[in-house]
Amino acid sequence: MTALTLPRRGHTTLARREARRFYGFVSPWLIGFVLFSAGPIVAAIVISFMDWNLLRSPEWVGLANYRRMFGDPEFWESIGNTFQYGVGSVALGVTFTFLLALLLNQPLRFQGLFRTVMYLPSVVSGLATALLWLNILHPDYGLINKLLAMAGIEGPGWLASQEWAIPALVLMSVWGAGNTMVIYLAGLQGIPKTLYEAAEIDGAGWWRRFWSVTVPMMSPVIFFNVVTGFIASLQGYVLILVMTEGGPGNATMVLGLYIYRNAFVYFDMGYAATLSWAMFAIVIAVTLVQFRLARHWVHYEFK
Amino acid sequence: MAVEAADAVTAGSGPRRAAPTREQARRIRRIRRSGAYVLLVISTAIFVLPFLWMVTTSLKSDEDNLAFPPQFIPDSFHFENYARGWSGSLPFTTFLVNTVLITALSMLGNLVSCVLPAYAFARMRARWAGVLFAAMLATMMIPREITLVPKFILFSKLGWVNTYLPLIVPEFFGVALYIFLLRQFFTTIPQELIDAARIDGASELRILWTVMLPLSKPAIAAICLFSFVSNWNQYLEPVIYIRSTEKFTLPLGLGMFSGQYATQYNQMMAVALLSMLPILVLFFIAQKTFIRGVTLTGIAGR
Repeated sequence: MTALTLPRRGHTTLARREARRFYGFVSPWLIGFVLFSAGPIVAAIVISFMDWNLLRSPEWVGLANYRRMFGDPEFWESIGNTFQYGVGSVALGVTFTFLLALLLNQPLRFQGLFRTVMYLPSVVSGLATALLWLNILHPDYGLINKLLAMAGIEGPGWLASQEWAIPALVLMSVWGAGNTMVIYLAGLQGIPKTLYEAAEIDGAGWWRRFWSVTVPMMSPVIFFNVVTGFIASLQGYVLILVMTEGGPGNATMVLGLYIYRNAFVYFDMGYAATLSWAMFAIVIAVTLVQFRLARHWVHYEFK
Repeated sequence: MAVEAADAVTAGSGPRRAAPTREQARRIRRIRRSGAYVLLVISTAIFVLPFLWMVTTSLKSDEDNLAFPPQFIPDSFHFENYARGWSGSLPFTTFLVNTVLITALSMLGNLVSCVLPAYAFARMRARWAGVLFAAMLATMMIPREITLVPKFILFSKLGWVNTYLPLIVPEFFGVALYIFLLRQFFTTIPQELIDAARIDGASELRILWTVMLPLSKPAIAAICLFSFVSNWNQYLEPVIYIRSTEKFTLPLGLGMFSGQYATQYNQMMAVALLSMLPILVLFFIAQKTFIRGVTLTGIAGR
């Protein structure tokens, strides 16, 4: 961190030359920051107070977009779907991948192979896997319902059904959560062996060692995966756009998709910008709540 | 805190149990290990089956494609599905060329525009350096949906809609996550090496090129892979900006295919497999680098 502190002795020629060099090197990012981050963010605030469809000139409407948002049933529907999808995929993904990492952390043969296979789907994730899951989830011709039928269960309509569409998308997201498993595994391998040895000497069984050593030591990693996992789930709409376009009905219309639809289907730029601030509010609110809760369960080795 | 954790274990542990005999312990260990293998094989199957399904579906004949109930293994293998899908009504070769072009330029842009700021943040001092670094980290928290609308308006006023410029130009202006990861890596390289080069009169660019980069190969490789995968899979920006079919990328082509031939699963899976082939190959060549990259990201977040 020393590199970030101010030059010690005021404005010597050397320090000034170094600062000039710093700004030269940083300029690619700094220009991009102004043009593609900070500038657009300020613009998004201004646009959210406007009625603008790009064809007519923009018209200042004050808080009208915000008032419209709070009274818009489709907006509330999309918030509900966003949370269903986000909470579902985080809860299932975080626990499932944690259990897998625990399993893989044993001294087993083929450990590397297992890890590779579980990590692979998260790397290839994209349109190709969305099409694959469209096929897998097909009520009549899909893999999942075939497997269920073999077990004597009649599978649901998945993406074709209002109730099962979000669970179907959650399943797909868990399949692609292998990167969190890799992060867990690295965390598990970083827990000092001496802690387990000490616990064992004290007569702690495996369950006790799990709850008193593994979980507290892993809690920062779990916390990291919960926070980033939820934020990532907000981006899940890109695949949803291809797979269901928000249907059936509005069953899978998450907030990101609603923003997309208003911006690039209805060209209602002002309202889309307003909705994007709602997404920002969700990110901030959820992160703050999680940090607040973290005080009670996350254990930091070094403070 | 480590001591406290250990203490908590001591305080909470119950009375000691009689130690099992060596024979018993071995048997318990063997049962537990085979249980672990069974669970692992089942969970591996969950991850692998969709891929196998993809392969077998891509080989099904048009009749078996929509057979009910569907078969795992088709009666006959139809490799021609790959050629039919690829050179059918949609020009996938054109899409491939477009995707390669965009991905290559974007990767180049990412590398140049991330290495330089990362070096500055790691090794140079200046007023406001800390503030800028914090601002960069803050941008990682802000959802990109916020900048989506203003950027679209900017690029359409510039007349960039239906060109590759909105996809490529921003890639030449740094990616916060990559700069952060590289900077973390650069700070681990001993300062003495840099000082020695400075005494020899090397310029900062030269130090970066001859000292830092050769020592940072793992981090550079991880960033190249991330950049490749994310640009190759990019869907949102292309779907917003690209209008004419001959300019489509592979993901856009796949999206169009599934829109037009929703139930031609055999050809669809064949084309989808082909489109992710480069990533699969790269993954199997460089999986260690991938995994190191993910681990870096995870550690960075701690």
